[in-house]
Amino acid sequence: MFEGYSLAELGSIFAMQGFAGLILFSVFVLMALGLAIIFGQMGVINMAHGEFMILGAYVTYLCSSFISTYAPALFPAYFFIAMALAFLASGALGMLVEWGMIRFLYRRPLDTLLATWGLSLILQQIFRSVFGAREVGVVLPDWLMGSVAVTDTIEVPINGLFVMGLTIAITVVIYAVMFRSRWGQGVRAVMQNRVMAGAVGINTEKVDRYTFGLGCGIAGVAGSAFTMVGSTGPTSGQLYIVDTFLVVVFGGAQSLIGTIASAFTISQAQSTLEFFLSGSTAKVLTLLTVVVILMLRPQGLFVLKVRR
Amino acid sequence: MTRTLQGRLFGRIDGDIAGILLLAALLVIVLPLGLDIFRLNMVGKYLTYAFVALGLVLCWGSAGILSLGQGIFFGIGGYCMAMFLKLEASSPEATKIQSTPGIPDFMDWNQLKALPWFWEPFHSLTFATVAVVAVPALLAFIVGLAMFKRRVGGVYFAIITQAFAAILTILIVGQQGYTGGINGITDLRTLKGWDIRTDEAKLVLYFVNAALLIGCILLCLYVRRSKLGRILVALRDKEDRVRFSGYDVANFKIFVFCFAAALSAVGGAMFTLQVGFMSPSFVGIVPSIEMVIYCAVGGRLSLLGAVYGTLLVNWAKTMLSESFPELWLFAMGALFIGVVMVFPNGLAGLYQQFIAPRLGRLLLRTGTRAGAPIIPPHTAAD
Repeated sequence: MFEGYSLAELGSIFAMQGFAGLILFSVFVLMALGLAIIFGQMGVINMAHGEFMILGAYVTYLCSSFISTYAPALFPAYFFIAMALAFLASGALGMLVEWGMIRFLYRRPLDTLLATWGLSLILQQIFRSVFGAREVGVVLPDWLMGSVAVTDTIEVPINGLFVMGLTIAITVVIYAVMFRSRWGQGVRAVMQNRVMAGAVGINTEKVDRYTFGLGCGIAGVAGSAFTMVGSTGPTSGQLYIVDTFLVVVFGGAQSLIGTIASAFTISQAQSTLEFFLSGSTAKVLTLLTVVVILMLRPQGLFVLKVRR
Repeated sequence: MTRTLQGRLFGRIDGDIAGILLLAALLVIVLPLGLDIFRLNMVGKYLTYAFVALGLVLCWGSAGILSLGQGIFFGIGGYCMAMFLKLEASSPEATKIQSTPGIPDFMDWNQLKALPWFWEPFHSLTFATVAVVAVPALLAFIVGLAMFKRRVGGVYFAIITQAFAAILTILIVGQQGYTGGINGITDLRTLKGWDIRTDEAKLVLYFVNAALLIGCILLCLYVRRSKLGRILVALRDKEDRVRFSGYDVANFKIFVFCFAAALSAVGGAMFTLQVGFMSPSFVGIVPSIEMVIYCAVGGRLSLLGAVYGTLLVNWAKTMLSESFPELWLFAMGALFIGVVMVFPNGLAGLYQQFIAPRLGRLLLRTGTRAGAPIIPPHTAAD
């Protein structure tokens, strides 16, 4: 599959595909981070995670059309407003869902899976009724357009760079919240031993609700970032949900580092293979490899050592 | 004294057997008399999903293993049958306008010059029939062996099976020349020279399907009543205790997973025969998880409930999507949430809770013994 390319060309191809992979990686990481918190920490399977992401994307879309109509002066910075709103919208919906549904199902993970799937169907249909079945895209402000030429043959798009920067920033924030703040300590305590955490005075129900809300809010931010690299339709979320779950499981469900590492591996493998094989074959090969590795090593790449 | 299989199944005419007789009467007498052939064929199509739901009752209801990939096995069963029918439909005479006569039309469109090697054996009906059951069972065996021997279960198993459903769909859609792509294998005409598109053929196939379904219910009932069935329930409720009692838990799980896969595949093959095509839209994540809801609505612990649940959900789907297409997803979503949160034992649970006691009292008054076994209350099984 390498015939017909010179060595320099191959280098450029790998660099460009690697970069395309980095954008995919950013979206994966953002989606998987929310899921890693919800699934990895809480053990809840949220099949509607993709729809929370799409909610964020639609909020961004609304925000971009609203600001470009009523406050064009703010347009260059609309993305930051949109991101905050997306976080709040998805997070609030997440907390509502936790309160109305998830909290009754903590002891029945398989049933949670089915119930959240039902929720995802309902959300999809709401999106379709409100925004139409056609995909929508946002208009990027000027400073995000175009690309930077690194060498003669390698060009990187600016919106991709921005999404990556955003991913890094959000990852750092999540890390700080989960592992360096008192609140995060409470979350981890509840997830490791719910009864004991309750006994030392942590309000476990409240922690559950906010953790779920945080996970969903991050999904909303992921959706916001997603609008920069792709268009949004009612069923876009469903396309990513299996990939995202595989990313989280492959990384080792309870490890944030693992999630990032596995998102990197999967996205790079997929986008590099995509150039040489057809898109579907690349995807099949990647997923199959991940599944086979998971069969050999069910606990995932990184394991958090917890005494049970 | 050892009791024969027949003795075990028919020795006591109890609630289950009475229910099966009632279902058989409904399927074989009431529906064919009451519906025209178009609707009857539709019911036949729904009943093919009931095979999947039966498998799920054993796999998920009894043993607590939720597979979100039953569409894989349904699809493989369907594709095996479709490959045979397609080869018969693409005889050199029928396809002489193609640039390569004698191969299926979609291969010709994709510039294939010869039949791929894995299509060759499907010239034989015997091979195709065996493959319908054997290929999915083998796949389930490999997946089950890899997963259950390593004690992977619960939600991880669900996610991995779902990933397999995604992989298979992408593969089928991507390899258009070999599989017919997104359109699937269409334009199937005859089975050993017998036209399957006529109304008489549809009627015959409906009865074959119904008979097979009743047979499969009896088989499932036999499995559930055997010692094996009781071990399955035990390992659902307290897996560790079963393991400590000296049973190799994984083997039982692998068996029930393969059994469910084979059942689904039979349904898939009957689907192809009755509907006349097979496509990846019956393989992927969405259909696979929809099949779970058929079983859940009927009651995950009840074999008969699963059949009624399948019929009911599909009937509602057809009715709603004919008149209010946008409502269907709402209804489906509400069904998922409702069945999990409000009535986890589905229709069968409601029947046991409200109708059976009254029916029992009524029958007692007239002097007959009421024999419906009580379904145990739902236990948090995963």
